[in-house]
Amino acid sequence: MAINLQSVLFFFFSVVALLSAIMMILHRNPVYSAIFLIVTFFALAGFYVLLNAPFVASVHIIVYAGAIMVLFLFVIMLLNLKRDAIRERGKIVRRVFATLLVLILLAEIAVLIGGSILSSNSDGAIAAQQTIVGLANGSSDTTTVVGNTKAIGRELFTTYILPFEIASVLLLVGIIGAVILAKRNLT
Amino acid sequence: MQLPTLPKANTPSIQKFITPTIRVFMPLVYYLLLSALLFGIGVAGVLLRRNAIVIFMSIELMLNAVNLTFVAFAAHLKNLEGQIFVFFVMIVAAAEVAVGLALIVAIFRVKATVFVDEINLMKW
Repeated sequence: MAINLQSVLFFFFSVVALLSAIMMILHRNPVYSAIFLIVTFFALAGFYVLLNAPFVASVHIIVYAGAIMVLFLFVIMLLNLKRDAIRERGKIVRRVFATLLVLILLAEIAVLIGGSILSSNSDGAIAAQQTIVGLANGSSDTTTVVGNTKAIGRELFTTYILPFEIASVLLLVGIIGAVILAKRNLT
Repeated sequence: MQLPTLPKANTPSIQKFITPTIRVFMPLVYYLLLSALLFGIGVAGVLLRRNAIVIFMSIELMLNAVNLTFVAFAAHLKNLEGQIFVFFVMIVAAAEVAVGLALIVAIFRVKATVFVDEINLMKW
């Protein structure tokens, strides 16, 4: 793989995403956690642009950084959590156990990815292997279909019209549920 | 004396660099490993932290790791369905955040805490 703009941007974005994600889970103050998560989201939007999906990138920025994280920050500031920051110290057994579980999960995923690269018995496996390793890309017809906002809109309103409408109903249910939960007293 | 000639601007390597029609992606395995790491960080956040809001943010991080996998596969298989599925995942995440944060606010009104080890209403 040659060093080009793609790979430089990829490694830059991945370093930014991983570091800010780690800072997000390690920082004591939830406000800083939210801000680090926003940085991670911007890096992910950069990946979407690199992967030739500008529609997903812009929707990602608008929905996550624009709506969801603003909601998070609002709730954090509404609840005034600063006096609780000392209580975030867990037991050592619990930390070791959690780290062990995460390492087991990552090992499983690594075995899956490595197995799908190494297994090459049938033709389908070889094709899948070429897809995984990235040998079968680089053809010029990708941008005509993939990443085109017009094509996504056409698919959404023809093939996926029923899931689209169900998603709108789901959003309506979410709005009503949030209003009712925030209004009523639970006691 | 012959000076070394500069490469012309329309040689294939530079053409690939500037025009968006011929696009060579990073190998898919890099994206898979990266999203696996992001997902693992999200799982670690859920297991390690006790602030319900930070746990919620870690769940968002896991959803985004899966979204990255979807978009990477969509780009490499030259298929649009992955990006459409990402759209639906975002819708579900938005609805989930609205309801979940309302739940956290409601619990905070009753218990005056958002730490999950102090919220044991359903424990018996």
